[in-house]
Amino acid sequence: MKHIINCLVENQPGVLARIVGLISGRGYNIETLNVGPTADPTVSKMTIVVPGDAHVIAQVTHQLSKQVDVIEVVNMTNRRHIDRELLLVRVATQNHIMRAELVDLAALFMARVVAVQEDSVTIQMIGNQETVSDFLRLLKPYTVIDISRTGTIAVGRESSDPTVLK
Amino acid sequence: MSKTPPTGTGHDSAPTMKSGAQCVIDGLVHAGCEVLFGYPGGAVLDIFNCLYDAPFRFILARHEQGAVHMADGYARATGKPGCCLVTSGPGATNTVTGLATAHMDGIPLICLTGQVALNMIGNDAFQEADVIGITRPVTKHNFLVRDADDLPDILAKAFYIATTGKPGPVVIDLPKNVQKQKTAAVPPETVSMRAYHPDVPINPAEIEQFAEMINQAERPLLYVGGGAIAGDAPQRIAELAHRANIPVCTTLMGLGAFPEDDPLSLRMVGMHGSVAANYAVDHCDLLISAGARFDDRVTGKISTFASRAKIVHIDIDRSSIGKSVQTDLGVQGYLDPVLTAVLPLVKPAEHAAWLEQVNRWKSRFPFAYPTPEGVLMPQYVIEQIYEVSQGRALITTDVGQNQMWATQFFRYTRPRSFISSGGLGTMGFGLPASIGVQIGRPDEQVICITGDGGAQMNFQELVVAVEHNLPLVVVILNNGYLGMVRQWQELFYGKRYAGVMLSQHGRLPNEGIDENPVYLPDFVKLAEAHGAKTCRITRPDEVAPALRQALEERTTWVIECIVAPEANVFPIIPPGQHVDEMINRTV
Repeated sequence: MKHIINCLVENQPGVLARIVGLISGRGYNIETLNVGPTADPTVSKMTIVVPGDAHVIAQVTHQLSKQVDVIEVVNMTNRRHIDRELLLVRVATQNHIMRAELVDLAALFMARVVAVQEDSVTIQMIGNQETVSDFLRLLKPYTVIDISRTGTIAVGRESSDPTVLK
Repeated sequence: MSKTPPTGTGHDSAPTMKSGAQCVIDGLVHAGCEVLFGYPGGAVLDIFNCLYDAPFRFILARHEQGAVHMADGYARATGKPGCCLVTSGPGATNTVTGLATAHMDGIPLICLTGQVALNMIGNDAFQEADVIGITRPVTKHNFLVRDADDLPDILAKAFYIATTGKPGPVVIDLPKNVQKQKTAAVPPETVSMRAYHPDVPINPAEIEQFAEMINQAERPLLYVGGGAIAGDAPQRIAELAHRANIPVCTTLMGLGAFPEDDPLSLRMVGMHGSVAANYAVDHCDLLISAGARFDDRVTGKISTFASRAKIVHIDIDRSSIGKSVQTDLGVQGYLDPVLTAVLPLVKPAEHAAWLEQVNRWKSRFPFAYPTPEGVLMPQYVIEQIYEVSQGRALITTDVGQNQMWATQFFRYTRPRSFISSGGLGTMGFGLPASIGVQIGRPDEQVICITGDGGAQMNFQELVVAVEHNLPLVVVILNNGYLGMVRQWQELFYGKRYAGVMLSQHGRLPNEGIDENPVYLPDFVKLAEAHGAKTCRITRPDEVAPALRQALEERTTWVIECIVAPEANVFPIIPPGQHVDEMINRTV
């Protein structure tokens, strides 16, 4: 099973390398990894999606927590949370019928066409990992020229959830 | 906080400016450093310049790996953090094995490395290496100092990180320009770190459950590791063992945490541990792991390890609990306060039937070895070291057969009296580590037990012992083989001795040496060339007199013992197997 792990870290050079090195060095996989700033400029948030059983995930969590630069580790999968990823996909359109089909399909997923060329459309879509994968599956009959996907980011729904340190 | 200049006395409010290099020395002094091991080079010349007037001792090693192992030995023997200083590039990369050794065994080290100037980093400058990147997986933490103003703070944090929680090595990478930069920063009063909180509050519910499990156990067993020594808990372990009559086995790293002459001691557990200790693990109904981490050399086959027992695991490192084995109760915390909390709740108990059982195992299966007439057996040498030193020596070992025999045929009764590379199994550790041990404990007798393989790694450090006139005695068990590997080839690979003969005689054709029945090097000449007193012995009756002479002279000695070439370490539980697969050929 995949787990979404949010990790608040000191915003310092080398911390990303430390976290990635730790996870790969201990033989775990990273499916996606996102790093971004938080409301506190000294803190960054990493969202790491790791596949593995409960034992693996417990180890990942404890090993991360042990790092001197890691402030807090939260396994979001165990909590009520919202997770999203962003997809940008450019699809070839041979004619206007095909273009119309793609615009329709995008609308079904509440995705937006963000660029149009004579021979392609570029669609932006935001959803959880499953929805994004569903959308890509429906694009299979078409010629996908390029895909860029962010990894998952997640935020807790409860007011008691850790967010950013005071 | 670190950027506040000193308030000064009287009217002089101008801050005292000093160089980053001086800050390094001052930071070491502030942290209580008494001895620094190291090796100079271009990128640390400014620090060496300040070292000229430093109030602590500097020990010049002959290789950076030697310097780290010395600092490591010093730390293991004294409980204080070991400090070393090396230059950039090759100086720093030479420390990696030593750092990994300390990291595996949780030994507090501060390793200062020179670095090229900040504006040169990434330019493939002369003697540049990405030390932060290279040392990241083998340290508890590392710092690249970008501004001399941060130096006092970073030094204080480094010592704090190295010595708290599960201890470990910390690297501080010091760019040349930062060493020259002037700063008014002074060491902070206290260290506090937002993301690092080594102190774990004791959970009373866990303590109660722990006590309940002890009180209900019929066949309890204490399994004590290096954490007991790092956490200064031997006293509490002895109290718990005696209060409820719980037999005690230790890991390699835990040797000395419980006196091996105590009737409750089952001595070392694991692959080459005692039969009694391994049987006790297999038969106990409660296994209390105190500062041990269920290393594969202890557990063998995980699925059948302690299969009749509930397992309690006390460890300061949360990630260690449940990592290798399923535990019934994990208690995170420092060992001493945890045991102190549980002791009053533990009811005195006899466990008579259980003790009778383990005592039967002990008397039936002592450590033993074959004694062919007139042959110098390596085990006999260790027994004689125990006799002649009256069991009071601090023993350091290298890695392999010499190390295992040192655990079996010497009895350790004090913490920090057995110094050995456990987790990483670093050959070449013994000799430099024993120099650090002897420097840290000058009034003790240090005896380094090594093999002819390990002795050839880092032998150059012998001159350090000689020039400081250390009363260190190095005993080389020379069997002409890389003995432990040869033993595995004998037992598990059909006696195909590839790449393990150190004698030129009988080498395989593809090892490319013409028949030349000579052993190289000549250790006696080598020791003489290094300025040590030395002798070579070949017969059992020579052992005790040679040892007596060496110990009495209180000077650096090397005793080469030509021992039986194909002696094996028994018992052995083959790797990844259950205690029932134990091989024990003692006659």
